[in-house]
Amino acid sequence: MKKFRVVHYINQFFAQIGGEDMAHVPPEKREGVVGPGIAIQAALGDEAEIVATVICGDSYFGENMGKAEAEVLELIKSENPDIFIAGPAFNAGRYGVAAGTITSAVKRELGIPAVTGMYVENPGAEMYKDDVYIISTTNSAAGVRAAAPLMAKLALKLAKDEPIGASKEEGYLPNNVRKNFFEEKRGSARAVEMLEAKLAGKPYTTEYPMPDFDRVEPNPPVADLSQITIALVTSGGIVPKGNPDHIESSSASKFGEYSLDGFDDLTAETHETAHGGYDPVYANADADRVLPVDVLREYEKAGKIGKLHDKFYTTVGNGTAVASAKGFAEEIAKRLLAEKVGAVILTST
Amino acid sequence: MRLELGNIDIKEIRFADKSEIKDGVLYVNQEEVIAQVLEDDLIRDAHLEIAVPGESVRITPVKDVIQPRVKVEGPGGMFPGVISKVDTVGTGKTNVLRGMAVVTCGRIVGFQEGIIDMTGPGAEYTPFSELNNLVLVVEPEDGWKPHDYERAARVAGLKVATYIGELARDLTPDETVVYERANLRESFENYPDLPRVGYVLMLQTQGLLHDTYVYGVDAKQTLTTMISPTEIMDGAIVSGNCVSACDKNTTYHHQNNPVIEDLFKAHGKTLNFVGVIITNENVYLADKMRSSDWSAKLAEYLSLDGVIISQEGFGNPDTDLIMNCKKIEEKGIKTVIITDEYAGQDGKSQSLADADPLADAVITGGNANEVVILPPMERIIGTTDFVDKIAGGHDGSLREDGSIEAELQIITGSTNEMGFNKLSAR
Repeated sequence: MKKFRVVHYINQFFAQIGGEDMAHVPPEKREGVVGPGIAIQAALGDEAEIVATVICGDSYFGENMGKAEAEVLELIKSENPDIFIAGPAFNAGRYGVAAGTITSAVKRELGIPAVTGMYVENPGAEMYKDDVYIISTTNSAAGVRAAAPLMAKLALKLAKDEPIGASKEEGYLPNNVRKNFFEEKRGSARAVEMLEAKLAGKPYTTEYPMPDFDRVEPNPPVADLSQITIALVTSGGIVPKGNPDHIESSSASKFGEYSLDGFDDLTAETHETAHGGYDPVYANADADRVLPVDVLREYEKAGKIGKLHDKFYTTVGNGTAVASAKGFAEEIAKRLLAEKVGAVILTST
Repeated sequence: MRLELGNIDIKEIRFADKSEIKDGVLYVNQEEVIAQVLEDDLIRDAHLEIAVPGESVRITPVKDVIQPRVKVEGPGGMFPGVISKVDTVGTGKTNVLRGMAVVTCGRIVGFQEGIIDMTGPGAEYTPFSELNNLVLVVEPEDGWKPHDYERAARVAGLKVATYIGELARDLTPDETVVYERANLRESFENYPDLPRVGYVLMLQTQGLLHDTYVYGVDAKQTLTTMISPTEIMDGAIVSGNCVSACDKNTTYHHQNNPVIEDLFKAHGKTLNFVGVIITNENVYLADKMRSSDWSAKLAEYLSLDGVIISQEGFGNPDTDLIMNCKKIEEKGIKTVIITDEYAGQDGKSQSLADADPLADAVITGGNANEVVILPPMERIIGTTDFVDKIAGGHDGSLREDGSIEAELQIITGSTNEMGFNKLSAR
């Protein structure tokens, strides 16, 4: 079997050129392994070979961002590699940023598997952890022995197109992509252990750090309802009877746009809910309970509102990812604006 | 208070002329069982099937999973307030048929829920693939209201489990486990130096197919209260819900609550397990506020140092979970919450519908949106007619060759929030 060709990137310090006084050195390329490349090569075993090592001074990279990146990339590309590995950079800030930048550029420009490693608090980690795989290391170079096998294993998996496990299994920094895996112990046992640690004031790691919510400021109230068109939009799953577009009962992949032309009242014969997350009996008996067409028609006749928009938009909120919901909303908003709708009544369940 | 659980291992289930348990084999007279089920006018037809671990079988749509048990000594009987008369259970002796379950399945109502595969990748996600399952397939009579029929199907499963449990009344257990609880004063005196820990067990109570019953009472209509963990082992809490089957607690989960089991294991060693608070998850904001106020109030009253909170369901109940967590933390009581995630098929969306910085210790049962592919099975118990429609399925989920592409939430018990499984996510 052909060996994967690997190019490794390190800074001037790990290439033993020198410390801060030599951080200005421009990029160079050497054949084979240099410094920590020995540990990585050992971990790669027979499956891959570090054919070249690219070295660059941290200051040079930091002070010539675009230029240095292009130069380093060119040196890597000239080796026609199958895999790229940078670092590990541990807690060295500029080295971490350089390793992250190059790893990201290689992934983007050369389209080959690219892996780096650094300490969680390295500024490069925060910048690049969602973009490239960064193996979590200790904050000092002593951690190379632990990091090298993880970096090698992950790089080989990527090269062989094998499925990548969760961050905890593979050892990379959590990258905001949630992935399932099997723990050693069941959840209840982990809960008891976590509580014991929390009660004793000992360190523990939450399995899901709380998310940041995208809060939307409400618009100012509509000054005169009698002059505008109002549309109904719902995540309560109201659809024409039979659910013609097969909107899913949970984790909806789409929304529906349906006519309200000729409807003064929704009934069990005309409409129902596709939503699988609440008792459907009452919504199925009278869908106006979720999508209040009847009341808005009365308001329309009484002149309280200008007009009820002749289409409604609907999806199922149950188990639907925020990213999907956001996508639906963008498209629905576009259509509402195009039809000069002035306000929306948004109903959930 | 002392409850002795006598485990009797069931290695095999066979149909026979006489219902009995001999040498770890359960023999079932099908006619006798079905006659009991058909006593209910709402059920038109019913039959039993057997599903064995490793067998190429798919059971769907699953309504409930129940472990047969029988009260041998002490007051009350199994499933008090539903099958047996209302009497406080949780003391004395109970025999347990270990390694088996009664599974109810069939056209239930509205959106049908839940798949159990006995082999293949799907089997790894559900704990029930490891059991010898006696499956009760029920067909509803036409013309009944969904709520009535839901009750009939629920009670039918409990009846069959009770009937099977009775067969173990006079047997000698293979293993006996004793659960002992002191009253509050003794508990505090016994372990003055250990942290006092409680368990807040959240019960799904959102309406049809989303309900839970405590001593026969619909928990929607209850205030947050306390219950002994051993009462739960005796069937005081039964499931009435299976929609989005991945994170709903079946009756089996309640009977074998893993948080209770693991707190008992740590009790007297690293912590003092003081008690269980049960609270509901109603849909109205006022109910959520009241119920979580009471959880916090009871936790404080019990002078707890820490609690584990387990959720049931997702989305709307995320609010209840966070309210419980936040209010209990604000009393100075440390919390760990157990939940699951809806992070999208790509895992990139936020996982919960509500959050708070005080929820800083989270155990997750995994991302229920992750897509799984379930290969075809040789035998189907129930019907795959609803696979495209049940939560987790989509139009085209059921492929022509009988395989299924769907979200993990389609599998019964896969992301359970009592921490029943090893599945997690990062």
